[in-house]
Amino acid sequence: MSAVAVDCAGVWKFYGDFPALRDISFQVPEGRCLALIGRNGAGKTTLLRILAGFSQPGRGQTKILGNSPREPDARRRIGVLGHGIAIYDELSALENLRLFGKLYGLPDPEQAARRWLERTGLERVRDGLVREFSRGMRQRLAVARALLHDPSVLLLDEPFTALDDRAIAVLQSVLREALAQGRTVVMSTHQLREALELATDVALISRGRLAFHGERTAEMLSDPGWVYARYGEG
Amino acid sequence: MRFLRQVAVITAKDLRAEMRTKEAINASFAFAIVILLILSFAFDPDEETTREISGGLLWIVFTFAGTLVLNRSFARELPNDCLDGLLAAPVPGSALFLGKALSNFVLILAMELVALPVFGIFYNVRWTQQFWPLMLVVTLGTWGLTAIGTIFSALTVNIRLREVMLPLLVFPLMIPMLLGAMRLTAMLVAGQPIAGDETVWLRLLFGFDIIFTALALVLMETVLRG
Amino acid sequence: MRQKVMIGMLVLAAVILMRNLYVISVLPDEVNQGQIFRIIFFHVPAAIIAMTGSAVALIASVLFLIRKDFFYDSLAVAVTEVGLAFLAVNLVTGSIWARVIWGVWWAWDARLTSALICWVLYAGYLILRQALDEPTQRATFAAVYSIFAFVDVPIVIFSIRWWRTLHPQPVFFSKSGSFPKDWTSALVVNMLALALLYAVLTMIRLRQEQTQREIDYLRRTAHAM
Repeated sequence: MSAVAVDCAGVWKFYGDFPALRDISFQVPEGRCLALIGRNGAGKTTLLRILAGFSQPGRGQTKILGNSPREPDARRRIGVLGHGIAIYDELSALENLRLFGKLYGLPDPEQAARRWLERTGLERVRDGLVREFSRGMRQRLAVARALLHDPSVLLLDEPFTALDDRAIAVLQSVLREALAQGRTVVMSTHQLREALELATDVALISRGRLAFHGERTAEMLSDPGWVYARYGEG
Repeated sequence: MRFLRQVAVITAKDLRAEMRTKEAINASFAFAIVILLILSFAFDPDEETTREISGGLLWIVFTFAGTLVLNRSFARELPNDCLDGLLAAPVPGSALFLGKALSNFVLILAMELVALPVFGIFYNVRWTQQFWPLMLVVTLGTWGLTAIGTIFSALTVNIRLREVMLPLLVFPLMIPMLLGAMRLTAMLVAGQPIAGDETVWLRLLFGFDIIFTALALVLMETVLRG
Repeated sequence: MRQKVMIGMLVLAAVILMRNLYVISVLPDEVNQGQIFRIIFFHVPAAIIAMTGSAVALIASVLFLIRKDFFYDSLAVAVTEVGLAFLAVNLVTGSIWARVIWGVWWAWDARLTSALICWVLYAGYLILRQALDEPTQRATFAAVYSIFAFVDVPIVIFSIRWWRTLHPQPVFFSKSGSFPKDWTSALVVNMLALALLYAVLTMIRLRQEQTQREIDYLRRTAHAM
């Protein structure tokens, strides 16, 4: 019986009186990979931001590995990859990773930074300023930043969107490796194919509600629109 | 201990990034000199008048030019959603506040240490007679500006008309501190030591700094994460 | 029901004011000031009520941050707006008094200066609100600002007072000292009437704010369809 990595209980998020998320409750056991699907504006990003501790739910609670993500220590074990790459243009690749390594309290930030630069194929440009990087290089560096501190839980918001081939390959390999090591992944996605391949579970957010939550079946893989058709609204 | 280390990392990061681009420094240095120049035409003061208005004049320069640094403080976290990277890290809001406040403090102080000699030259004033007390007053006043300015920089980072809203909200709050700082600066530039009744202003500056730093440390998390 | 309570309070306030205006008008003229002294019966209560309002705003702001109930946010903005109006009354009556007695429309005496700065502080609260569209963020940031403003108020008052003590200027209203007994009751009665008026206006503004929230909610819900 594996432990619960991500626990969402009765979460509501209000913008004024308007509920962007309504009564979202689900659990993700350790080692699973949950694909969060839904139309634009359904609430996927809002939910992920709450799980990452970036904003507070209006009602309900979230727990990552048993602790609220608002506790700084809980965030030590969470890796986040959002829409923006969260990398500083004015610093070099190595400086960026060293910075985050120190913020996450790694015992040897330099070594961890170099390891991940190699892993993402950026070793040769480690002293180059990010400002000069291509888009694909930046995305790979963002992946390095998200995984630098060996997080047990990964929260990814549309990670495959607008990636070039090399970046997709790196991300897929990194995620496969992470899952093989028993880490937990929650990722929202539009690129259904790449995400569903990795996913063990699927959840559909429709107009702020959790319309479906279950295992990812072969059916879903062959016809990604199936879940929308069956459980979505309009 | 970890808290202080995180503060140091953030301060170092901000300062290193600023040294690479020099955007805030160049803007605030230039702005300070321009204001000094314009005010010297506006008033064309004689020696007596200059001594009287020096406190007000210098602090107008410091606060307006300082605002450019403060605006940049959280604005630099907007490209690439870097702020999310900081929020995701196990750094408490108070550490993020302190790290950025220290970095802002260093940059604004640097601008002031350039503005003072320029003031001395343009207005033909010997301002170094009470140098160390003057440095104390400048430091205390600058910290007050920085503490309030840093948390409001976070608050206004996503607002329409951010560059205007920040000074608009911060300046009225700072009036008591500015009052004390201006009075003391005028006295010290004129060569008079702080004594007797006037020491109340020093106490005001200390108290102001402590109260608003404490308030900012407590409320920063709310501003960042709601 | 609520409307009846409001109308009742309004009528009561009007009645008290009418009676009190008569009382005030038959008071003997003050020795130094002539007719204009009567303005103090509005000038002082307006300030006291505005100050109370800022305390209520603080409590409402803190409660919003803790409970996240938008009622507290609506209360905070209602109380602050009406308080701002009352503080403006204080400033304007002070200005009129200054014009009559001293011949100037404004003077930087300690109390007027402090009142003006407080007015600017709370006007900043409203300006901040205007600049924020999203209701939850607006309420949160406004609450934070309200706390900063409230903490600043006593610092402002003390620092301006010290400034004027070290560099005195002609004083406007001599403190307590020679405050005649028959003035006190008239002052208190006026304060009661104005407090009632304040409460009614706050309730109206509160109701308006809640209606606005409902409209926003309906609009967002309609868009989401």
